[in-house]
Amino acid sequence: MADLRSTIAGIRSPNPFWLASAPPTDKLTNVVRAFQAGWGGVVWKTLGEDPPVVNVSSRYGAHLDNERKLIGLNNIELISDRPLEVNLQEIIQVKRDWPDRAMVVSLMARIEEEAWAGLARRIAATGAVDGLELNLGCPHGMCERGMGSAIGQVPEMVEQVTRWVKNATNLPVIVKLTPNITNILWSAEAAKRGGADAVSLINTVNSIVAVDLDAMAPTPVVDGKGSHGGYCGPAVKPIALNMVAEIARNPDTAGLPVSGIGGVTNWRDAAEFLALGATNVQVCTAAMTFGFKIVEDMISGLSNWMDDKGYANLDQLSGRAVRNVVNWNDLNMNFSTKAVIDPALCIDCGRCHIVCEDTSHQAIRIDQGEGRRIFTVVNEECVGCNLCSHVCPVPDCITMQPEENGLPPMTWPNDPRNPMRAAAAE
Amino acid sequence: MTLNADIPASPYADLTPPLTAVQALAESNRCLFCYDAACVRACPTGIDIPSFIRSIATGNLKGAATTILSDNIMGGTCARVCPTETLCEQACVRNTAEERPVAIGRLQRHATDHLFARKGPHPFARAASTGKRVAVVGAGPAGLSCAHRLATLGHEVTVYEAKPKSGGLNEYGLAPYKMADDFAQREVAFILEIGGITIEHGRRLGADLSLETLRAEFDAVFLGVGLGGNNLLNIPGEERDGVENATAFIERVRQATPDAPVAVGRSVVVIGGGNTAIDAAIQAKRLGAEDVTLVYRRGRGQMGATAWEQELAQTNGVVLKTFAAPVAIDAQGITLERTRLEDGKLVSTGERYSLPAAMILKAVGQTLAREALDGLTIAGGKIVIDDDHRASLDTVYAGGDCVASGEDLTVQSVQDGKLAALAIHRHLTA
Ligand SMILES: Cc1cc2nc3c(=O)[nH]c(=O)nc-3n(C[C@H](O)[C@H](O)[C@H](O)COP(=O)(O)OP(=O)(O)OC[C@H]3O[C@@H](n4cnc5c(N)ncnc54)[C@H](O)[C@@H]3O)c2cc1C
Ligand SMILES: Cc1cc2nc3c(=O)[nH]c(=O)nc-3n(C[C@H](O)[C@H](O)[C@H](O)COP(=O)(O)O)c2cc1C
Ligand code: SF4
Ligand code: SF4
Ligand code: SF4
Repeated sequence: MADLRSTIAGIRSPNPFWLASAPPTDKLTNVVRAFQAGWGGVVWKTLGEDPPVVNVSSRYGAHLDNERKLIGLNNIELISDRPLEVNLQEIIQVKRDWPDRAMVVSLMARIEEEAWAGLARRIAATGAVDGLELNLGCPHGMCERGMGSAIGQVPEMVEQVTRWVKNATNLPVIVKLTPNITNILWSAEAAKRGGADAVSLINTVNSIVAVDLDAMAPTPVVDGKGSHGGYCGPAVKPIALNMVAEIARNPDTAGLPVSGIGGVTNWRDAAEFLALGATNVQVCTAAMTFGFKIVEDMISGLSNWMDDKGYANLDQLSGRAVRNVVNWNDLNMNFSTKAVIDPALCIDCGRCHIVCEDTSHQAIRIDQGEGRRIFTVVNEECVGCNLCSHVCPVPDCITMQPEENGLPPMTWPNDPRNPMRAAAAE
Repeated sequence: MTLNADIPASPYADLTPPLTAVQALAESNRCLFCYDAACVRACPTGIDIPSFIRSIATGNLKGAATTILSDNIMGGTCARVCPTETLCEQACVRNTAEERPVAIGRLQRHATDHLFARKGPHPFARAASTGKRVAVVGAGPAGLSCAHRLATLGHEVTVYEAKPKSGGLNEYGLAPYKMADDFAQREVAFILEIGGITIEHGRRLGADLSLETLRAEFDAVFLGVGLGGNNLLNIPGEERDGVENATAFIERVRQATPDAPVAVGRSVVVIGGGNTAIDAAIQAKRLGAEDVTLVYRRGRGQMGATAWEQELAQTNGVVLKTFAAPVAIDAQGITLERTRLEDGKLVSTGERYSLPAAMILKAVGQTLAREALDGLTIAGGKIVIDDDHRASLDTVYAGGDCVASGEDLTVQSVQDGKLAALAIHRHLTA
């Protein structure tokens, strides 16, 4: 059995699966149920200064696929809408009953030192908290009050706030980053300069998830009107993976521990975040879609897979894929791969042909076979784009097979076809 | 005369082929991961169905199998033989909108087959030895389930089994086309891998063993003896050659091999309306009998066999004759009397007819063999137990077909064995 114990910024948990700061971690009832189900830790729902915020009714919009599976969730909720003291008392109680689980508390305040430091000190004074997470990412509502992503989008403010909180208490500080920026490295580097012990990402992506065509308003509709909200769930995972990888492979931020968030729905997603350099993961939407029990398969799936692959612990896995994330300019121009169709698996739907024919390289030929069509890749035309293999409804029916061409690896900067190469050589 | 009859399917060929990986993935994605799921409540062993199906969907097949086997150590057999149409799949909420349940049984087989094929380490480990010793009588589903759970909990188990092989009806009774490729023995081997279980074959309670000695020598005794006897028809001619208990016939079929099959008559009549009757009829047909007729004294709706099983008999070419009560057997065949239901009561119409039958198979119910059970309270033909599966003698527990815990099914027997083991464990560690 692989060892799933995890430590990030000195914060220990029995497994790397934490619940992200959001409704699942909003109060004692939920968090206790989560710990009973097996979650390794929580980041408590973001706390602010009293008086607490007030939420609207109708809060979530959903992006469903055509089988009603949820692929994205959008929300217009604010931070915790309960009094600070109530939250703090519950945090003390939970930590007392569940000492082995990670208890991190998220906070958010006005861009004033005393607001952040005061709040941080009050939370630290509970003695029940393993770390703080700074919510610099909420992209709706709170940003209109100068908080959340309004801070997270300005690197100088990220650095400033991080420093204020670092100076206020001895607790490890995780800075939660917003993806609603042009370059994640600017905020990650700013957090590091401010003294962050780790960063977590991503918070939600600014979005309008759908338009109610009868109400003629974005969903969720609040009395005839809607607002842009924060998008999360399986659909945002690719955005999050890239940002995590960017931080992991950037020399200035490499070594800064990362808590990976965004669309983690099963153990595979988690393994991908870990491979790209995350130390642990946080989950919100998947829990809000299925309940807390999904953590069982996350734990057993990750552990079984690690056993199969021979990873004894998370350190052996974390960052394994980072060295293979490179710039486009470092890719091998001489590598060639071709689509191969297995006629035994093909069900004759024709989709590979039409996507290649209409939108790509006219590389899939149709021949009339016995009572069915035979689809064959024309090697000379196939550029190895993968499109057909992605649209084929049958797994493993179209595989991409690297072609041996005897050519040595060569990058674009060295490629004779590169006009800039000649210029550079001169 | 033409000899163009379709060649019957072999009785040894897998009835329901395993799902392919593609099928399993698609089917697993139909599961809604229900909360307090109806399917789980309908499974006698309470397997966490949504969790194991989710694990299949995420590619965690070993985790899926472990989830199944932790509640039901014979999850492999149950995946093949459970009447899912009256258990988990009947309850599945996908029936409501789509009239098609998630194929829970086939998914269960997909996961457990994966584990069996992999030959990895056993998914369960034994607790530290408790030094306690338990005797289990009968190596059927109830006995083996009890033995496995006890061994897992650290006790030493000796199983006494009358027959030369383990498995009980898994080995000697279930239809061969449900248990293809020697699955019963493969599963027994897997169960024994846990360690701490010794099976002594050819040891029969009532012959060379007595309950009294077992009670004296062991800290507890579990009885999983099943139903060893058979009901009689009590009609003239019952002793004729070619008249046999269906269970005995099936046992011969199970112990034969495809290259030396059991010989069947040209015309076969099977008497009864349950599982056993259906199975015997299908096996006779698949072994090459030309005409196989199943006769039952009540109607289709009253049969113990599920609608799915009745249909399976029909698609195998078995003729179902209902409202037909056997009255006599002679050299040519069997005489039947037409019956009908009057205010729910079965009455005879007095009208009789005959069917030719070279072979007559009786499947009119099995009974508890009481000889070895001296001192135990028996009621309604079953060993009486309390909520802890305790029989009327101190330190004696019982489960499976020999008690009245639920339907006489493999899955119920596995559950009985498991619950009894937990009760024995509580008793031994109190
Ligand atoms: C023909 C047939 C088909 C069936 N098909 C299905 C099906 O498709 N699905 C399903 O769920 N169920 C089916 N069943 C029912 C299922 O097989 C039983 O419910 C289940 O096997 C009962 O398990 P058990 O452990 O209680 O008894 P058994 O399986 O009967 O095992 C009892 C064991 O105890 C041994 N034994 C008995 N007496 C003694 C003694 N005195 N000393 C030592 N050992 C002894 C026997 O040799 C045997 O090995 C079928 C039953 C029959 C007869
Ligand atoms: C309803 C809702 C409320 C949220 N509230 C907060 C919050 O208070 N603080 C915070 O840092 N993130 C909040 N988030 C963002 C999540 O913590 C998480 O970063 C995001 O949902 C991406 O993860 P996921 O794809 O697993 O949901 C919220 C998300 C949702 C859906
Ligand atoms: S989940 Fe449904 S019932 Fe529960 S609070 Fe939300 S809208 Fe109301
Ligand atoms: S998309 Fe796949 S299944 Fe469809 S025709 Fe092409 S190869 Fe065959
Ligand atoms: S009832 Fe059906 S859909 Fe629901 S958990 Fe069970 S198998 Fe899945």
